[in-house]
Amino acid sequence: MKIGVITYPGTLDDRDAQRAIRLAGGTPVPLWHADDDLKKVDAVVLPGGFSYGDYLRCGAIAAQAPATKEVIRLAGQGLPVLGICNGFQILVESHLLPGGLIRNEKQHFVCKDQKLRVENNQTSWTNMFEKDEEILIPLKNGEGGYIASDETLKMLEDENLITFRYLDGNPNGSLNDIAGLTNKRGNVVGLMPHPEHAVEPGFGPDTKTAMRSGIDGLKFFQSVLQQVVNA
Amino acid sequence: MLGKKKLEPSGVDTTAMATTEPEKEQPWQELGLKQDEYAEIKNILGRRPTSSELAMYSVMWSEHCSYKSSKIYLRQFGEKVTPEMKKYLMVGMGENAGVVDIGEGLAVTFKVESHNHPSYIEPFQGAATGVGGIVRDILSMGARPIAVMDQLRFGAPTNPDTARVVHGVVDGISFYGNCLGLPNIGGETVFDSVYQGNPLVNALSIGSMKHEDLQLAKASNPGDLVILFGARTGADGIGGVSVLASETFESTGPTKRPAVQVGDPFAEKVLIECCLELFNSGVVAGIQDLGGAGISCATSELASNGGKGMRVQLKNVLLRDESLTPEEILMSESQERMCAVVPKKKLKEFEKIVQKWEVEYSVLGDVIDEDRLYIKWGHEEIVNVPPRTVAHDGPIYERPVKLPKYQKALNKDSSSGLARAKNASELASQLMELIATPNQADKSWITAQYDKYVGGNTALSMPDDSGMIRVSEESGLGVALATDANGKYSYLNPYEGARLALAEAYRNVAVTGALPRAVTNCLNFGSPENPEVMWQFKEATAGLADACLELGIPVTGGNVSFYNQSGDIAIYPTPVVGVLGVIDDVARRIPSGWQDDGNNIYLLGETFDELDGSAWAKDLHDHLGGQPPKLDLAKEKLLAELLHGASIQGLIESAHDLSEGGLGIAVLEASLRFNVGARIWLGDILDRDQIDQTAALFSESQSRVLVTVGREDDVKFQALCEARGVPCLRIGVTDSTSGLVEIKDVADLKLEDIRTSWSGVMSELFG
Amino acid sequence: MPKIIVEIMPKQDLLDPQGKAVSNSLHREGKKEITAVRIGKRIELHFDREITDQDLEMAKTQAANFLSNDVIEDVVAVTKED
Repeated sequence: MKIGVITYPGTLDDRDAQRAIRLAGGTPVPLWHADDDLKKVDAVVLPGGFSYGDYLRCGAIAAQAPATKEVIRLAGQGLPVLGICNGFQILVESHLLPGGLIRNEKQHFVCKDQKLRVENNQTSWTNMFEKDEEILIPLKNGEGGYIASDETLKMLEDENLITFRYLDGNPNGSLNDIAGLTNKRGNVVGLMPHPEHAVEPGFGPDTKTAMRSGIDGLKFFQSVLQQVVNA
Repeated sequence: MLGKKKLEPSGVDTTAMATTEPEKEQPWQELGLKQDEYAEIKNILGRRPTSSELAMYSVMWSEHCSYKSSKIYLRQFGEKVTPEMKKYLMVGMGENAGVVDIGEGLAVTFKVESHNHPSYIEPFQGAATGVGGIVRDILSMGARPIAVMDQLRFGAPTNPDTARVVHGVVDGISFYGNCLGLPNIGGETVFDSVYQGNPLVNALSIGSMKHEDLQLAKASNPGDLVILFGARTGADGIGGVSVLASETFESTGPTKRPAVQVGDPFAEKVLIECCLELFNSGVVAGIQDLGGAGISCATSELASNGGKGMRVQLKNVLLRDESLTPEEILMSESQERMCAVVPKKKLKEFEKIVQKWEVEYSVLGDVIDEDRLYIKWGHEEIVNVPPRTVAHDGPIYERPVKLPKYQKALNKDSSSGLARAKNASELASQLMELIATPNQADKSWITAQYDKYVGGNTALSMPDDSGMIRVSEESGLGVALATDANGKYSYLNPYEGARLALAEAYRNVAVTGALPRAVTNCLNFGSPENPEVMWQFKEATAGLADACLELGIPVTGGNVSFYNQSGDIAIYPTPVVGVLGVIDDVARRIPSGWQDDGNNIYLLGETFDELDGSAWAKDLHDHLGGQPPKLDLAKEKLLAELLHGASIQGLIESAHDLSEGGLGIAVLEASLRFNVGARIWLGDILDRDQIDQTAALFSESQSRVLVTVGREDDVKFQALCEARGVPCLRIGVTDSTSGLVEIKDVADLKLEDIRTSWSGVMSELFG
Repeated sequence: MPKIIVEIMPKQDLLDPQGKAVSNSLHREGKKEITAVRIGKRIELHFDREITDQDLEMAKTQAANFLSNDVIEDVVAVTKED
């Protein structure tokens, strides 16, 4: 089960995404932004970071990359794609997911452990979760505020395309507390928080059990591996 | 200021003209050189310098680059060293950063540096480029940068200018560090009016590598190419050099050159990945990052370190701004630039890699077999100097040293005259007041703006006592880092203050389960032209060197920042000391607060009545006088060894060192860490150590740690302490159900109330 | 030097946190007569020859598809400038 992780100039969390895939039991495949050959991977992760320094708009220039164009094409055929933080921004700029992501309400970068509720567990990346499960995932960004027109918001709610909502406070002013979305088909998922930072005991968020023991992020990667196996 | 300049036909001052026009007036004074230094340059060259050479010497011989006032004292760090201490040292002082062997064929490189003055002028860019600069130093050793830390000192918290600096500095560090993908794993923040006009912004970075990845900054093979790559060169940071600009005949282009450097972390992130790929491919024979003094420094240092020379065509430098003069190009401090020495046959491979990363580069010249640095501007020769004289043989000053006039009276003015709390309620309210002072308050307002997760190897970060990073994913081998300084102690006694800073950082590493192995330092002082400041510097460096020798850990490198003063008033001498420790498996790391219920709380070490220089004295009574707490390094060593031994046996659940604020603050911090209360009694401390409650709660006696141990390990732990001769007193029990910190005969404090006071301070002050 | 200027503003009805922060700052300085602040972008496309009508069309397309994100931004002007 090969899962590609694309590195753009300025990508930061690619190695963490690769580790998460490995820990979940998959084989991470590093992919280069300028190369449209995705090496026949079974799924793709667009990791976090500041691709192209967030120039023009976050993810705008990365959305034009050859590798991204190939991802868009294959996503249309059902390839599972996970966009994390900057990756979510790239998915939105690529129009694989609707809406936009803008500067945080409070104008500051914030790094915190964020409680989320899993709203949709029928996607390629969330099928290992229970519906309404509460999970703890690190959040770190300065431009994570989700916005969309009223129409789009209604459509997202009605069609259950919201995968995660913020609990215990909205850290960035996202409308409807939206932390993550899926497309209709359920193969493309984007979210602002970073599941790849909650996969290894000792290096995740603090929980009541022990310091840094949170590994709720692992299920994202286990979900897609399960799906690929069953495919 | 400037005499009338003769209009040169080509616009540049050449070496030929330096011989044919020996009497030309030169602005050596405006560039910061002294008359005897100017004379020495003429002596070295056998003629007057060209304006380009003058620019190079003036900046390379500046205090910041040449360490001329501090060299004679810094020598001690290299001299007061035993062969045993050098055991793990792969690269010592003098290189971009020290390199330490940590085992398993791995090494780390680390260093702390200052960017104080730019951070006062332009806090955001000053702090951002401070981070950028230190990360490039780490990168140039061949390492992948893996973490950063920062040590910040601001003015009075309620002064409006402080907010300006705080916002800018924290935003700048956050912006640059986060964009580089480096976790911020710790540091310190101090507020004191003495830093009002001179905030201190020190930045530390650490990198990891395999032994064989080590790179050095030298050009030793004639024929190798010298290549400048990264960002284009612009007018950043050359304010002072504009006296050399030919203002008289260029009407286009800006006449005001900015003194501030502007950073682009995206460019640096790309540069990091590009460099690591270059290093891995073996195409680079030497590498130097461009920091202070830019190209002047890179060329002269690479040549001098390699014992060879260099030929450079300055017109080959890729410019952001075509109006720059050669002098300005030589002095530019544009960020995100590196200089590589590349064997000719590796050029194609080099080009392939930089093109892949879309990094610009240009070949400036080559290495030659002569002890000379030649720089041309087109056909004209503008620099012809022996590189050693620029880079390494700068002036060495032995500045006058004088005991400060105030010192004796200051040391006599002990805190023993201050009124102490008369009853439990006063004691309790003093403790609650102290935890809510900006210096003791929760700093999450700052640290939440930093990414601590990126890389997935952060085992410990704020608010734990040291930052800890896993270096080997296979074995769990990791390193711990702590930085400390106490300006108040150093003001009272600079020799002791430096020792105390080392002891605190050493202890902070030890409490997390690591073994201290190496030291870095950033020495922040006032003007070296002030003999009283020079006395402080002399004392502090001696104190640090002596203490390193006694603890058996060497200084691997560091930084000196002088001229931190407003008018005649210098800052407190503030030697920041960083200690690096090694831990065989980060899984063994010890948190700094207790999580379990019903564990015994032990106080290791003895408490004396020593409140001079304490937070209690300064922040509650506005008093600073007397002598700092006594320090016995032999006790620190014993303590560290005990903690290591106990941790290997898995006996310790949590450990928190006692420092500013003493026992009272340490207990509150350990309770706040995981929101677990405690029941504490002071009676046994009062009896054994013969002190009163105020001393018990607020004294800042050294070599003390709070430890919690699982019930089943009590006997073993106490026996271990006895065997090792470390005083150990049971002073409490953890309590996760009461929601209280109960201090017998003093107060029952609600954790909720403590947290509200402690965590609200920064946002109240800074929004 | 011939150029095409593209001006982009955040959509009217959408949040502009940057503009709001600047407006708050101006109000703190007493400039209460400024009722709102909105911050956009001005992009210059430089040419080394005279600009044709095709160039302008191309610029409009790029402005709509790449230089702006039509979910959150409007292209308010695409004009020639010498």
